Amino acid sequence: MTQLLIICGYLCLLLLLGIGASRLFRGTSQDYMLASHSIGPFLLLMSIFGTTMTAFALVGSTGESFKEGVGVYGMLASSSGIIHSLCFFLLGVRVWKLGKAHGYRTQVQFFRDRLESRWIGLVLFPVLVGLVIPYLLIGVMASGTVINKVTAGRIAKGKVVGGTFAEGTFPAFLEQAPNPKAPEEPPSFLYGSQGGVPKPLASLAICGIVLIYVFMGGMRGTAWANTFQTLVFMVLGVVTFVVIAWKLGGQESFWASLQAASAAIPAEKLTRLHIPPEKFLTYMFVPLSVGMFPHLFQHWLTARSANSFKLPVVAHPLFIAIVWVPCVLIGAWATSDLITIPPPVAANPNAVLPFLVQKLAGPVLGGFLTAGILAAIMSSLDSQFLCLGTMFTEDVVQPLRGSRRLSDRHELLVARLFIIAIVAVTYGLSLLEPRRVFTLGVWCFSGFSSLFPLILAALYWPRLTKAGAYACVLAAAGSWLWLFAASDFAGRPNFTVDVPVPTAIDADGAWQLMPVAAMIAASTAAIIIVSLLTKPPGQPTLQRFFPSRAD
Amino acid sequence: MKPAYAVWALVALLIVVHQDIWFWDDARLIFGFLPITLAYHAGISLAAAGTWYLATLFCWPVDEATAPATTKEQP
Repeated sequence: MTQLLIICGYLCLLLLLGIGASRLFRGTSQDYMLASHSIGPFLLLMSIFGTTMTAFALVGSTGESFKEGVGVYGMLASSSGIIHSLCFFLLGVRVWKLGKAHGYRTQVQFFRDRLESRWIGLVLFPVLVGLVIPYLLIGVMASGTVINKVTAGRIAKGKVVGGTFAEGTFPAFLEQAPNPKAPEEPPSFLYGSQGGVPKPLASLAICGIVLIYVFMGGMRGTAWANTFQTLVFMVLGVVTFVVIAWKLGGQESFWASLQAASAAIPAEKLTRLHIPPEKFLTYMFVPLSVGMFPHLFQHWLTARSANSFKLPVVAHPLFIAIVWVPCVLIGAWATSDLITIPPPVAANPNAVLPFLVQKLAGPVLGGFLTAGILAAIMSSLDSQFLCLGTMFTEDVVQPLRGSRRLSDRHELLVARLFIIAIVAVTYGLSLLEPRRVFTLGVWCFSGFSSLFPLILAALYWPRLTKAGAYACVLAAAGSWLWLFAASDFAGRPNFTVDVPVPTAIDADGAWQLMPVAAMIAASTAAIIIVSLLTKPPGQPTLQRFFPSRAD
Repeated sequence: MKPAYAVWALVALLIVVHQDIWFWDDARLIFGFLPITLAYHAGISLAAAGTWYLATLFCWPVDEATAPATTKEQP
């Protein structure tokens, strides 16, 4: 119960923050969606970092390290330190400059002007929203799992002991679940909520809280909440690391405990022998996704000046290390014989971190640590909610209305209603069969990465044409759908695209590439070939977007 | 060599050294607790921060003096 009270207190604090931000709200859609371009370096760093680090970073990285070993840091974290900052530097600053000059609020508005295509939004909008939904799903699913695990009891002799709630507190459909190993048996409390807050209820509460503070505070409230939550999850992440190391190592000093915990990691989790080098190499394409995240695009536009980007560009790789190194180590320690991970937890790697927190931290610290994990999750959900509302009003409703633009008041109302609809759809999907957070995240990020050639060409390649852009989006969406279906809709976590090569080059006779490599190859080929075969953009467009190069 | 070229060369170098096949099967622990592959890649993160700091010094893409000052109401 202590954990639950601390979590509730933290959520109330967030609501207060939303109320505080709403007092500064200027009542315009410009202020609601872009905070009137008032965000300085520190808030920009924290909001961008908080947005890019989600359940994927804390819960997913620990779970994946538990499953695959410490090589997971090199696969995604250190490459992200290089590639994310590259995107902020190459794309973010330029987008901000164009956005400020021409009043853009969304990606589609920018592409519409750059490509001289009024209807690009019809193709791009569904693709972007379709990719944001799995991203939202990651957060919604993970928040339910985390709250449930830390408030649940343990199983002893076939019974639940020490749960927060007795059996029968909630309706049976919330409390009971089938035995995953014997689905024909009737659903049981033992495989359901196990005395914790039922997952569907916990996810619903988190969605509600985020919706409220996003609705009240808009982009300013989101930036404040992101900053606060990023600080919370970074500090509490380090505290979690220290507590778990000390408890697992079981030595007098922290240093000795740290060494004892790491010494117990099985050798196969310390190396990358099970990761093909070509898979490791092609994982580097995944972080390119930040270049096309619609919510990050919106955060870039909130910057007060171009110089506001300098701090995020430099500090982002350091922040990634601060968050990921402890999580990856914790995941590896969980594979050692210092702790027994029950089979249901081992089967769901997302539950490893919450399980360790519940098992090794006291109820008070456990409550705070859970708040830290939820902070990481919510700091992404809020930006995504806000961005979806902005995209719907700006890219769909306003263009359809033509000269009869919605008033600011009606625009905000439509944005909020659309956000509620999307959250309802996402929540509904989260109740279906769950997938591993990490696997789902990689697919979602891969989709955005496959659109990276589009934003890069739009900003740096004057020869990009409207037809080339359409071809790029269709090639990216088509290849994503095809490969996603081939992976059994993320049901095969280690799915790769195998390219046959002579055994003299690779003893396996095939290169195992990440699907993202094939998607980027397809979208890049489409954008280049079709652009070169079609009529280049007109002089006014080139003058507007490439003033130094146009004649 | 112009400083901007040197910075871009460093970025390319970071991407190359990120593929550390030389530590692929190395299970050693640094300071008795940090797996060598994790330590190496944490070092890559530090090096990335340093490289991007140099980028902000020598190849920053926007001159604040010429940056747009006003925002149009709507596109």
